Amino acid sequence: MTNEPVLEATDIVKELGSGATMVRAVKGVSLQLVPGELTLLMGPSGSGKTTLLSILGCILTPTSGALKVAGVSTDRLSPEELANLRRKHMGFIFQSYNLFPTLTALENVRIALDVRGQKGFAAANRAEEVLRDVGLAYRLRSYPANLSGGEQQRVAVARAIASSPSIVLADEPTAALDSENGHAVMALLARIAKEQNRSVLAVTHDPRTLSYADRVVKIEDGRIVGEERRPEGLDAPEITDLTKRRKAHA
Amino acid sequence: MILTLAFRNLFHDRIRLAVTLVGILFAIVLVAVQLGLYLGASNMITANIDHAKADLWITVYGAKSFEDGGMLLTSRERHQALATPGVKAVIPLIVRFAEWRKPEGGSTRVVIVGSDAEDGGLEPWGLIEGSWEDIKSPEAVAVDRTYFNELGISGIGATAQIQTGRVRVRAITDGIRSFTQSPYTYTTLNRARALFGDSDGTTFYLVQLEPGANVETVRRDLEKRLEGAEVLTQAEFRDRSLKQWLFRTGAGVALIGGALLGSLVGTVIVAQTLYSSTKDHLSEFATLRALGSSSGYIHQVILAQAGISAVIGYILGISIALTILFFSKNTALPMMMTPGLAFWLFTLTVGMCAISALSAIVKVTKIDPATVFNR
Repeated sequence: MTNEPVLEATDIVKELGSGATMVRAVKGVSLQLVPGELTLLMGPSGSGKTTLLSILGCILTPTSGALKVAGVSTDRLSPEELANLRRKHMGFIFQSYNLFPTLTALENVRIALDVRGQKGFAAANRAEEVLRDVGLAYRLRSYPANLSGGEQQRVAVARAIASSPSIVLADEPTAALDSENGHAVMALLARIAKEQNRSVLAVTHDPRTLSYADRVVKIEDGRIVGEERRPEGLDAPEITDLTKRRKAHA
Repeated sequence: MILTLAFRNLFHDRIRLAVTLVGILFAIVLVAVQLGLYLGASNMITANIDHAKADLWITVYGAKSFEDGGMLLTSRERHQALATPGVKAVIPLIVRFAEWRKPEGGSTRVVIVGSDAEDGGLEPWGLIEGSWEDIKSPEAVAVDRTYFNELGISGIGATAQIQTGRVRVRAITDGIRSFTQSPYTYTTLNRARALFGDSDGTTFYLVQLEPGANVETVRRDLEKRLEGAEVLTQAEFRDRSLKQWLFRTGAGVALIGGALLGSLVGTVIVAQTLYSSTKDHLSEFATLRALGSSSGYIHQVILAQAGISAVIGYILGISIALTILFFSKNTALPMMMTPGLAFWLFTLTVGMCAISALSAIVKVTKIDPATVFNR
């Protein structure tokens, strides 16, 4: 297992709008993601966490600062080159799942492989494999409308990891889920980070997710205001204590 | 997966798919009918020229079409032509409008075509009753069965009067239509001359060349010898006739205009529905973009949607067009469909749908993948 960062953001600034309506959403954020770690980016609404996630996911370009993905600087890359970088190294999980309503669970995963040029039986087998891995073997041919929220999010997780990306970025993965499904999805993300040695970053303001984190990065008003890491040797419940300690500290 | 997604996107909203298909179908049927009529009309206009065995046509100067010659050429021109090096035969052909008086009263205009089969110039084709031998019998003529009502006759043996002479139907053709709606009436050269009371005049001379003779050289020679006459190749006379009836009368322009209008309306309808379909699926395209798909991949999905619409629309459209064609077969203005036209229509459909997809592609090009986080 290597601790070389797969994603490095240095002094990222993002200004949205222009002139009098210009807002500085991200104000000089530096962050590194390493393999095998589930990082939570936590903060209140409007703190800039989704904007930061979009920048780290090469979807938005920063106004200033440097971003490196798998050692490649994103500076001056065209939208097509950024898409290529996403295709090669990233998987995304969205708050509203963003599944294709006209495709089955299996096809939703296959399309993520298809855009990466993985086609045919090999792609179908891989899609089936990851869906089984997230516990949806019995839902392969179900359409999103016939799946529960938790099942839909697990399809989204399967889609994100199908192509074995080194980075998985999740935007509020538990926000639309009930407690049981929220825990199931977070456990899945933690397992992906650990067992598959991926770097997982989840944006959230859901305290239920804390127990699964290796690292918690707190963002407020576009700035990172704190970072806590689970001490070596502690398992998930101890992380929950981290929250308590933070609350006590506050 | 591109085809799967395109197919599902299309069939997800069946009402919109139906609108798209109706748009394509409307365009295909309209274009097929207009161009089918254009081809049918062209075929009618040039059929006699195409069936005549002539390397060159001698016409009076300025003759505009097959039906517009008069009987101004004389045997003098024929002898001059025969004396031209390279000329094997010069066959007289009479083509002239005449009054057909129906047996039960009333009259209609016909085009008398007079020639002798033995000369090997032009004889009626598609004979379904009677033969050229029958046409050589006294008073005999051949007419097409499509025009029985127009001519006030019921078949073989019917009599009528043309100009001052009596004629009897001895042979019947099938498929020789007249663009002018004046039925062609075939008879021998001498009977045609007799009907018009002219013992020498002719409308055209069909010139057949000796093997190996150069068409252009012979033509130049003939032009020098024949004052007041024009010498045209088969292709030139064909073009001139088409130009006269299809473009100088405006009929062809109307047919082509209708076809263009059909394509335009079809393109607009398909563009509108494809655009609205793309707009509805914009968030999915944004998700694809966020997942790292190239813009080319998304364009392929949209083009595949257009392509699927084109194929289904074409199959439906061409089926309806072929049905209309079938029912027009025995009318005075039959449509025509050739493999070339069918292929051209398919190309037009695909092209129309591809152009329609452009607006959707422009829309999808402006997708901001960041919108995936705002849903």
